[in-house]
Amino acid sequence: MTVIPTAPLAAPEGIESRRKRRAPRKPVRPFSWGRALAWTYVIAFLLVTVFPFYWILRTSLSNNFALSTDPGSFLPVGFSFDAFARVLGFASRDEALAAGGSGASIDILLSVRNSVIYAGLMTIIVVTASALAAYAFARLQWRGRNLVFSILLTALMVPGILTLLPNFVLINDLGLLNTFAGLLLPGALFSAFNIFFLRQFMLGLSAEVEEAALIDGAGPWKTMFRITLPMTSGPLVTLSILTFIGTWNDYFWPLLVANDAEVRPLTLALGVFQQASPQSQPDFSGQMAATLIAALPMLLLFMIFGKRIVNSIGFSGIK
Amino acid sequence: MATTAAPRRNAPGRAHGLASRRNPSHRNDWKLALLLIAPAVIGFAVFAVYPTLRGIYLSFTDFQVLSPPEWTGLENIQTLLGDKMFWQSLGITFYFVALSVVFGILVSLVTAVILHRLTGSPFIRGLVILPFLISGVVAALVWQWMLDPQLGIVNIALEALTGERIKFLSSPEWVIPSVAAISVWKSMGYNAILIVAGLSTIPNEVYEAGRLDGASEIQMFRRLTIPLLRPILAMVIVLTVISAFQVFDIVAVTTKGGPANSSNVLQMYIYDKAFNQFDFGYAATMSLSLFVMLIAITFLQMRLLRADESDTN
Repeated sequence: MTVIPTAPLAAPEGIESRRKRRAPRKPVRPFSWGRALAWTYVIAFLLVTVFPFYWILRTSLSNNFALSTDPGSFLPVGFSFDAFARVLGFASRDEALAAGGSGASIDILLSVRNSVIYAGLMTIIVVTASALAAYAFARLQWRGRNLVFSILLTALMVPGILTLLPNFVLINDLGLLNTFAGLLLPGALFSAFNIFFLRQFMLGLSAEVEEAALIDGAGPWKTMFRITLPMTSGPLVTLSILTFIGTWNDYFWPLLVANDAEVRPLTLALGVFQQASPQSQPDFSGQMAATLIAALPMLLLFMIFGKRIVNSIGFSGIK
Repeated sequence: MATTAAPRRNAPGRAHGLASRRNPSHRNDWKLALLLIAPAVIGFAVFAVYPTLRGIYLSFTDFQVLSPPEWTGLENIQTLLGDKMFWQSLGITFYFVALSVVFGILVSLVTAVILHRLTGSPFIRGLVILPFLISGVVAALVWQWMLDPQLGIVNIALEALTGERIKFLSSPEWVIPSVAAISVWKSMGYNAILIVAGLSTIPNEVYEAGRLDGASEIQMFRRLTIPLLRPILAMVIVLTVISAFQVFDIVAVTTKGGPANSSNVLQMYIYDKAFNQFDFGYAATMSLSLFVMLIAITFLQMRLLRADESDTN
């Protein structure tokens, strides 16, 4: 349900090769104050960016009572894994309270499961539906093709704010509140941006191989699965990653339709857990442990696909 | 997969059009096309077109979800015009948008220019986008903890430096700047990478020519970089404005609109009307008005920024 989809674009080779071409010409530069200042800025910027992640880790490994004794320490205070045991449900209520828990509980494994189902199914369905539609718009010959495509693209203009409430009413009317179907349906079938992006890429592919296959009698269905979609695998992966991240982090739509613990994704569960914590003695280490668990899959994705994600973001702008 | 062995990427694209028009194997394409676009078209009709029209309709009704909507004409709009809380929310939202757009774009632009000149390291660029990968809820939780008046590391550092603490999220004058700072933190790296991509499309020769003419770095930045970067900069600004107008998760987690409604942004107020007071009709009216404002602002920005052209030609 993101309003404006993040825009990835294909073929990151462009920037890379340009950079490589330029690189050998650069001689080793002598020291300059300007460069030193610039590096100082970059390091400061990175510190601000990364520090909160470190602070999540540091706090989650601290004892919640000990935290208040030395809040400025850069290392965990009263090092323990109690906070993780608490939010993962491995500690009894008494143990949790003794370790500084607030008594609020969070069934984080259930929420992880829900988030995996929500983001996973969303990614599979919307990328598949978009790829099929994109093929029809890029490769098949039929009347009204461009007209239908232009109509679908108008959806890019309408921000979520206008459709969210009526979509809630619709899901409510259909009796799908607190179901995965209700969570998924509004976003899973249609994504204007994905279709646009994949069509654009398919149009850029040479049609010769496909035409050859068609002439050999392969039929468009077989051609699509054997030739066009495999050649589109790069952008399909990129879109899948971006869709997964976006859905995993989604908050507003689940808040409207999925408040039941059985379907509630992590973002919502985190919010509920935080609200349940008493204002007087919040369970900061528990919150940070839960936060770390919620962010972990994204950080793993980042380690595996980091460069690809950066390139896909970079290329959105150029078009 | 094996079939992709040798796609001839450089073959001229026009071969497609010519061949396909004569090729009888495309005669039955429309059947398959219908099948392939069916899911997308159904999704578009049911979950985009229908709710948009229904949202507009509901804006002119009294609707409490449980009973069917009742047409009330312009009553909601009259309520809106006289609703102090709406105008206050709108003001707060504008304040938030202004802060997060001005500072966000400034930081992203400076960072992008420096990164572009200094290093192409994928590792550094990767680190820069980290906050984009996490949800607003996670960002809000960790910053709420770091900004905590008693135990937060930011306040501890602040006290060591200035001797004073600031109630970032619990005082009316600091809450919006603080929420805007969290929002900037979350999006600055992403925007910087977008701008870096724009910068790398500017040919080096432009700068070499500038240098030959004796232009200083700052002159080149103002006279060459900014104008050539205009289209992408415009896009980043428009996207930032649109998302800032709809800020919700950071506010919902850190303040819930408080203290005393001082961070009650419009999206928060709409949510509250619909889901706590069950006044869906009026909530729809506010959504519609926000939508109209967004369209108008986007249009205005595109005109002002002349987003579709750079200054080169």
